[in-house]
Amino acid sequence: MTNPNNATMSTVHQAEFISGHALSIPTLRVLKEDGSLYEGAVAPELTQAQALKMYDTMQFIRVLDERMLAAQRQGRISFYMQCLGEEAATVGSAAALDEADMIMAQYREQGALRYRGFSLEQFMNQLFSNEKDLGKGRQMPVHYGSKDIYYMTISSPLGTQIPQAAGYAYAQKLRGLANVTLCYFGEGAASEGDFHAGLNMAAVHNAPVLFFCRNNGYAISTPANEQFKGDGIASRAVGYGMKSIRVDGADILAVYQATKLARDYALAHNEPVLLESMAYRLGAHSSSDDPSGYRSKEEEEQWRKNDPVARFRLWLLAKGWLDDEADQAKLEALRHEILEALKVAEKVAKPGIEHLMSDVYAEPIPLLNEQLAELKAHIRKYPDAYPVTAGRLD
Amino acid sequence: MAKMNMLQAINNALDLAMEHDDSVVCFGEDVGHFGGVFRATSKLQEKYGKARCFNTPLTEQGIAGFANGMAAQGMKPIAEIQFADYIFPAFDQLVNESAKFRYRSGNEFNVAGLVIRTPYGGGIAGGHYHSQSPEAYFAHTPGLKIVVPRNPEQAKGLLLASIACPDPVIFFEPKKLYRASVGEVPEEYYELPIGKAEVMQEGLDVTVLAWGAQMEVVEKAAELAKADGIRCEVIDLRSIQPWDVETVAASVQKTGRLVINHEAPLTGGFAAEIASTIQKRCFLSLESPIERVCGLDTPYPLALEKEYVADHLKTYEAIKRAFHF
Repeated sequence: MTNPNNATMSTVHQAEFISGHALSIPTLRVLKEDGSLYEGAVAPELTQAQALKMYDTMQFIRVLDERMLAAQRQGRISFYMQCLGEEAATVGSAAALDEADMIMAQYREQGALRYRGFSLEQFMNQLFSNEKDLGKGRQMPVHYGSKDIYYMTISSPLGTQIPQAAGYAYAQKLRGLANVTLCYFGEGAASEGDFHAGLNMAAVHNAPVLFFCRNNGYAISTPANEQFKGDGIASRAVGYGMKSIRVDGADILAVYQATKLARDYALAHNEPVLLESMAYRLGAHSSSDDPSGYRSKEEEEQWRKNDPVARFRLWLLAKGWLDDEADQAKLEALRHEILEALKVAEKVAKPGIEHLMSDVYAEPIPLLNEQLAELKAHIRKYPDAYPVTAGRLD
Repeated sequence: MAKMNMLQAINNALDLAMEHDDSVVCFGEDVGHFGGVFRATSKLQEKYGKARCFNTPLTEQGIAGFANGMAAQGMKPIAEIQFADYIFPAFDQLVNESAKFRYRSGNEFNVAGLVIRTPYGGGIAGGHYHSQSPEAYFAHTPGLKIVVPRNPEQAKGLLLASIACPDPVIFFEPKKLYRASVGEVPEEYYELPIGKAEVMQEGLDVTVLAWGAQMEVVEKAAELAKADGIRCEVIDLRSIQPWDVETVAASVQKTGRLVINHEAPLTGGFAAEIASTIQKRCFLSLESPIERVCGLDTPYPLALEKEYVADHLKTYEAIKRAFHF
């Protein structure tokens, strides 16, 4: 008998519902808060160099976040987004990838970007929208991207990258590349229609894509219990016929291990996998947000103890891979280095006026050339009103 | 009268509407306990309960579809889309559903009372995803009404009229003015007419037309022109659909010149529609080509926002071009 409905054909003769909570998905934990391993847990195979690269990336991002939020408060940049509390989720997952695997992020994944090699100067140039910014000063701070390191430029609209990741991964497959696409998004963005579209298309078309949901408890002010009723996001994969795993997002070894396994599976079977990382957004949604309006300090303090960096640090110290004193000195040097880079980037000029028109199309259409000429004539007439461009129109 | 900023006036309008009519319900992303990211719905959940003022999951298409369903049942949903830049996942629900509910069913069903509130426009260093003015996309859809207030007093009266309106309304709020625009607002319930422009300043030489946050810009330009002896008639269109052809045409018949300003890009912007209608209605009265001062035909920039915008100086130049043609 054919199965036109593509669903289970077994029958019952009395009505019975499947519970909406029939699935209860466990969380993979490898590393305890004291830096030792859980019984039965096996640490992933990591070299000292790789483990230290992961650790250094977490430290870098933490210092960068701290410094740049302060810079926003001082009015030096217009906007900022921290990833405090989620460093392990993005660094651990990026570390498990091949460097030519595409990353399509949401906006709080600076850990993955740094792990890929985005330089301090590149961070600063984007944050200050200056003429050295790869994005030509067009997007708000933290909307990074770099083709060289396979990191798709961030777009503010939520969830739009999810179906794109399915398409990108499908193209990788058709091209015969031994690469996957990893797509980050939050548990809030998973409510967007694009989530359904993207996961379903990836499953139907057998795209080697890793959907990495950062469930951090909040979408701006909206807590996860007002966002969905099911068991997190991981449970949804089952509805798409997709493999799924949930990990402790503050446990970098668990995140690394799960992502590595998922990547191997996706590539070997040309199938998507959903990963759900459980962590807590310790900072505000962005520099425009104030969480005191929707959650308590006590709640935050409780989660602050669950520090992904401290946990990994203890593991590294126990293994003898990290020297406490040298690490402290390195951190100080990093703070200094970041401040110096900030001072340099904020003095770099803004992009030239031609970049208002470039890249709208591959080549500016006549209408745009005409508008640019008119604009230049106007600025020449009122140079004081347009100080950023008036002195360098030609 | 009470002194309010635009957010307070909007909040006050929502409060009054919810108080007067149990069928009025407010929802959207972060709209509940937090009161919205701009705080337009502040304290409404506290006052009217979670059933009438609530957070939704993060899905604009869901929000618009849910609002359509509630309105079809006879309630008055006021749904917030957090930024107009994020309204596009809801485009299908608004363009194919809200706009055509009454028409397609022969008025068996309608979505009277549906209001989509959404902050639009630039001037906040928001780049292209927090600055867009998408009114023209919706103006191209018969069945939707589109309203844009310029100050707190207007925002309150026009929002209350939108909630009372028998057609679905997209209410674009100029977010740049949310806190910046402060003025006296009547404390009681009142409505301002949808589809009626307001002549804010009479003048004989050039009609200058805008809406929303651009009113401040064109008023400044008219001041500059005044110093040159050019008398501008400044009009706030207030609603984009339906738009008040009579008031604009009467003004242009008097002045013979028209300058239209909007934030959105030039090409396909609503100024084009106005210019086309007015040149037909006022052909023999026109003494100069109709001028449009608009955003450039590019995405809304970040670093070069000042250069991009349809500012008072560009408007002033256009007024002079029209006058001296």
